[in-house]
Amino acid sequence: MRLTGLVVLSAVFLCMSVLSLAIGAQEIPLGEVWQQFWHPDGGETAAVIHELRVPRTLLGICVGTALGLAGALMQALTRNPLADPGLLGVNSGASLAVVCSILFFGASDMSTWVWFSMAGALIAAVVVYALGAHHPTRLVLAGAAVSASLIAAINGVLSLDAGVFDQWRFWDVGALAGRSLAVVEQVAPFVLAGTLLALGLGRGLNALALGEQTGQALGVRLGRIRLLTGIAITLLCGAATAAAGPIGFIGLMAPHAVRAFTGPDHRWVLGYSAVLAPALLLAADVLGRVVVRPAELESGIVTAFVGAPIFIYLLRRRKAIPA
Amino acid sequence: MKTVRLSGIAVRVHPRASVVVLCLAAAGLAVGLFGLSTGSAVGVGEALRTLFGQGDATSEMVVYSLRAPRVLLALLVGAALGVGGAVVQSLSRNPLGSPDIIGVNAGAAAGAVLMLLVLGTASTQAISLGALACGLGAGLLVYVLSFQRGVKGTRLVLVGIGVTAMLQSLIAYLLTRADLYESQGAKVWLIGSLAGTGWEKVWPVAAALAIGLPVALALSRALALMEMGDSAAGALGVRVERLRLVLLLVAVGLSGVAVSSAGPIGFVALAAPQLARRVTRAPGPGVGSSAAMGALLLAAADLLVQRLPTPGQLPVGVLTGGLGGIYLAWLLYREWRS
Repeated sequence: MRLTGLVVLSAVFLCMSVLSLAIGAQEIPLGEVWQQFWHPDGGETAAVIHELRVPRTLLGICVGTALGLAGALMQALTRNPLADPGLLGVNSGASLAVVCSILFFGASDMSTWVWFSMAGALIAAVVVYALGAHHPTRLVLAGAAVSASLIAAINGVLSLDAGVFDQWRFWDVGALAGRSLAVVEQVAPFVLAGTLLALGLGRGLNALALGEQTGQALGVRLGRIRLLTGIAITLLCGAATAAAGPIGFIGLMAPHAVRAFTGPDHRWVLGYSAVLAPALLLAADVLGRVVVRPAELESGIVTAFVGAPIFIYLLRRRKAIPA
Repeated sequence: MKTVRLSGIAVRVHPRASVVVLCLAAAGLAVGLFGLSTGSAVGVGEALRTLFGQGDATSEMVVYSLRAPRVLLALLVGAALGVGGAVVQSLSRNPLGSPDIIGVNAGAAAGAVLMLLVLGTASTQAISLGALACGLGAGLLVYVLSFQRGVKGTRLVLVGIGVTAMLQSLIAYLLTRADLYESQGAKVWLIGSLAGTGWEKVWPVAAALAIGLPVALALSRALALMEMGDSAAGALGVRVERLRLVLLLVAVGLSGVAVSSAGPIGFVALAAPQLARRVTRAPGPGVGSSAAMGALLLAAADLLVQRLPTPGQLPVGVLTGGLGGIYLAWLLYREWRS
């Protein structure tokens, strides 16, 4: 039953990937997309597909998978259903690093920002983890405290410097458009490492969910599971935020939506989230290209507008299963 | 916990918590007095003399029409946010729960941004009204959407997160589509600022607090019972669903009014109850101590904002996040050490 669901979800995910290649501001028939994808003739259509849509789709897959997994891990680690992947301070750390890179180094292109935001995410996560490790509630509060301080610093800069604000506001909405294949290549290794790590943690997280003592009695080293989970979240969420800007809602929502079908077993929650989140992100991105044609809506914006009603509907329809 | 009896009326008092609340309130007032003398024209002594009716015309003008409303607004908004945060954290049994999370702040922010960027109005009253209407509307929407044979704490908060996410992406969208100058003005409103406060902003918050604070205080014992879970509280004689509705109305009303007059000042609602709980070491929601802590936090942040040597005056929301965040991190660090 759960396996069938996963297969269906994967099919949906593949459909979304194809749609993401086929639909855009420039209308290209599906047959020609197929033809040009495998045998590019070097013309304008081939350029649109290979230089714009392929990187964008790959990025959507990377970022979606990363956010879905990071969200599921975060909720398992903190045992708090309100925890989103940004809670480890990753998003705000990345954001502050981007603001600093604009302010002090005049950096203005995505591929420079990627390294800054990865570094910022890492530093913030280490601080939060050092303050709040060993206890779920404290981790949540430490994340909130550090994020608040970082956001305060960001807001301070933004309210004093209009130039920085002008660049930052476009990074902050979160989008998949306008990134080259180089950006995908920069973050893909991190996402891959994080994904492998995350998928291996399911059993350990199941033990963690039973509580300190039961988990220990089952022979699981809780400290190690927590540390590895923290590392996986930082890799995944840091890479995603670096590549696409802070796309918030999807990481929080995917595990919740998924638990209605899988039950509380983290191995399944992780697997489902890793497929649902990219499908949703790609769907949002495709929708963003269509609704206001020929202009576009950023996927970070559409994600919330499409995701939130589905999320609320699921919450009302099914019995929510606690994280 | 001690019981104090005075001519037939018995009140349960937590000694340490009471002392802490008094100290916090005194500190808040002291910061407020100091705030009255911020700037160049009127010093502390002169401000005090003016308060007692001994000042000259200039200092009366400065103190009564410029500084007093700003200081009062800081104290009142801080208290309102603190109470709202304490109530929602207790109701949702979650330290991340605060009125921001049930959509009030995001609604108010979206309302203000719509007024500023779409309707292009600059009138403070129109912005406040739009913010108030959208904030209360968002809170109500979240309540209605999560109602299903009663409102469970978790569902309420999750629906709130969904609605908040939609509103925030609407705001981000409007910010990128507007012209830079207007967009940055909206951003300052979104951070939360007390600059340019007049009396007309103070009265609504004072009125909301005059109604909301006593109600929240009176219900705080029942709220403490609700922290044990709906069924336990019900067995102890609490009418859970009705109480939740009243308390939510109080929280949404207080923070809606506060946010509409000062902007969605971040982190006070989340941090004040947590800080208060750690300082008083008392069980329960700590409505009074959260109010005092919120007032002190915001008044101190606003004082600092005016004294810091920045090229322009920072909006106060920057410092509440910074100060509150660092203070909470420090408390967590100390807990970890011990």
